[in-house]
Amino acid sequence: MSSEPTIALGVAPVGFRGRIQAIAAGRVAAGMPAPELERRLIELGFVEGADVEILHQGLFGGDPIAVRVAHTTIGLRRREAMAILVSVGAEP
Amino acid sequence: MSVTAPTAAPVVALVGNPNCGKTALFNALTGSRQKVANYPGVTVEKKVGPLTTPAGRTVRIVDLPGTYSLRARSPDEEVTRDIVLGRTQSDVIPDLIVCVADASNLRLALRLVLELKQVGRPVMLSLNMMDIARKRGIEIDTEKLGRELGLPVVSSVAVRRGGTDALLAEIDRRLAAAEHATGTLWTTPDATALRRAQKEADRILASVVKGQGTPDSLTTRVDAVLLHPVAGLIVLLAILFVMFQAVFAWAEPGMDAIEAGFHFLGDLVAGLPLPDLLKSFLKDGLIGGVGSVIVFLPQIVILFFFILILEDLGYMARAAFLMDRIMGGAGLHGRAFIPLLSSFACAIPGIMSTRVIDDRRDRLTTILVAPLMTCSARIPVYTLIIGAFIPDREVWGFVGLQGLVMFGLYTVGIASALAVSFVVKRLIWRGKPGEPFMLELPDYKIPQAKSIAIGLWTRAAIFLKRAGTTILSMMILIWVLASFPQPPEGATEPAINYSLAARIGTAIQPLTEPLGFNWQINVALIPGMAAREVAVGSLGTIYAISGGEEATDKIAAALSSQWSLATALAFLAWYVFAPQCASTLAVIRRETGGWRWLWVTFFYMLALAYVAAFLTYRIAAAFGGG
Repeated sequence: MSSEPTIALGVAPVGFRGRIQAIAAGRVAAGMPAPELERRLIELGFVEGADVEILHQGLFGGDPIAVRVAHTTIGLRRREAMAILVSVGAEP
Repeated sequence: MSVTAPTAAPVVALVGNPNCGKTALFNALTGSRQKVANYPGVTVEKKVGPLTTPAGRTVRIVDLPGTYSLRARSPDEEVTRDIVLGRTQSDVIPDLIVCVADASNLRLALRLVLELKQVGRPVMLSLNMMDIARKRGIEIDTEKLGRELGLPVVSSVAVRRGGTDALLAEIDRRLAAAEHATGTLWTTPDATALRRAQKEADRILASVVKGQGTPDSLTTRVDAVLLHPVAGLIVLLAILFVMFQAVFAWAEPGMDAIEAGFHFLGDLVAGLPLPDLLKSFLKDGLIGGVGSVIVFLPQIVILFFFILILEDLGYMARAAFLMDRIMGGAGLHGRAFIPLLSSFACAIPGIMSTRVIDDRRDRLTTILVAPLMTCSARIPVYTLIIGAFIPDREVWGFVGLQGLVMFGLYTVGIASALAVSFVVKRLIWRGKPGEPFMLELPDYKIPQAKSIAIGLWTRAAIFLKRAGTTILSMMILIWVLASFPQPPEGATEPAINYSLAARIGTAIQPLTEPLGFNWQINVALIPGMAAREVAVGSLGTIYAISGGEEATDKIAAALSSQWSLATALAFLAWYVFAPQCASTLAVIRRETGGWRWLWVTFFYMLALAYVAAFLTYRIAAAFGGG
């Protein structure tokens, strides 16, 4: 439904705001099978249509990141955040 | 089935997301009457407490481990799933499920409620922390929420008097209706089902919440500092440093009082008209031995005080976030930070809490290194040796030297844990990627005095129980070993030199000689296997019997006159690493399901201890400490 360009949340800088367009766990080489990663992300509230904002990042390599999704703050590594595709510029 | 027997009382299970205030609610409902035990076959804590409802019904409340889904991924979550589904072998089968949700953070909880509705048991929802939600401008139409979900919804404020009235009334109403469990419709959801449920939850949320509310402004402001890449790490280090200084400084008055109490008891016994041997048993064996361990209760309470406060504040998840990359470099998972920090209190709860790590390799690595964290049982040993050998003065004008040495010992423990996990990751797992780090960073909450008090009481009770059982029996054993056989008539040497203890100590002398240990240390090491802190009491008993000195308070003086500095330092080095705790090894066996990891842990730690003590002794001796 959206034709906006998407990027992976894993490459976004601190302060980034966007809206989740898709969960694409298959594109991540995580330590678990893609369907499992997808389920875990959904369980923490990462579903299509949710607004996200990157609040903080770690000292080394900007990793991990603290992401606000709806009203919950989740800490996760950039590697797994690569599975979250977001469109730029959610309405405030 | 009898309704009067307490075990047949209806069971109300509290289920909810982590950090939803479930435990605060449980504390408010059951107070200090709660019992903490383990579920059969697993080491997950089973927290049950009795409650009498306004209608006079006796109910058992069960606090289940927090979870986001019934799709259990870790042993903790399996317990929650099995009890909710009634698949358990324990006596806990819920007659009513109360889903507890943080009213200011409802989104993930609503998805869990939708899942709980499928299990075919009576379910209700309790919106906890309604006061905080209101303050943040979140208005929830609970009636409409109840209609949308098709189940009763009440609001609760666990921390306020009367805040649970509505919940209790609803529990009564539901139990009076005596609904029966129907067959469960729940099956493990796949991604599609989870996604559908979350979207349904989002739809309900949008229709019942008036005013989206703002993010918690205090949390936002505090996190600007505490999660700052640089400032955050500095604050974390500062917190740890203050914690360890406090363990030393604040505990002193309490320790002095306990010491004086046992001293008084000992004098009392010495004045009684009893045979000398019995007097020695009571004074040196029982009072001296147990007293020298109980004296460390204030330090253990202070350490747990910090850990409980940080946990209730919501800081622990931040600490894991800050440490993830650093620990990841050493091959540890960010989530390992919480088990490892708990291991500063005791490796046993630390190892048990590795259950939150669901990847087996990450979990095993954490279990292997957890005993290297300086547990509270080492504090008595460290305190004794530091007190006897390190001068009590200040360096740089404000830091106590003794506290600094203590901090150093903790640092060595941490550094070696990181080094060992690094090696394990490279050699055993060969660098396979571990499980992802994903953790909710909850809003900060002001810790409640009541829940801290209950937590401290539980920990203190566990320590005192250990002192009364394991430690007491070891003390009796040591006294027997040190007292028999009695010296022959006309013996010239101290009585203990004729005892079994001296023979055992001398027999293993060749092994420990390179470390600078004398036979008295050897004797103290053996019962120290049962519990590390016993070594202190053992040394007390051995030196009290051999020198005829007053027990507990003079151990330090006896040691500083009889040990060289090099020996003392080697003894400290030994204690940083030595696998001196049978209970920890037993928990490792149980948690890993076999003997293999027990032996791996035992031998690698023993080897490290030997090498470290050897090097310390040789180096200190070379610098004139011998």
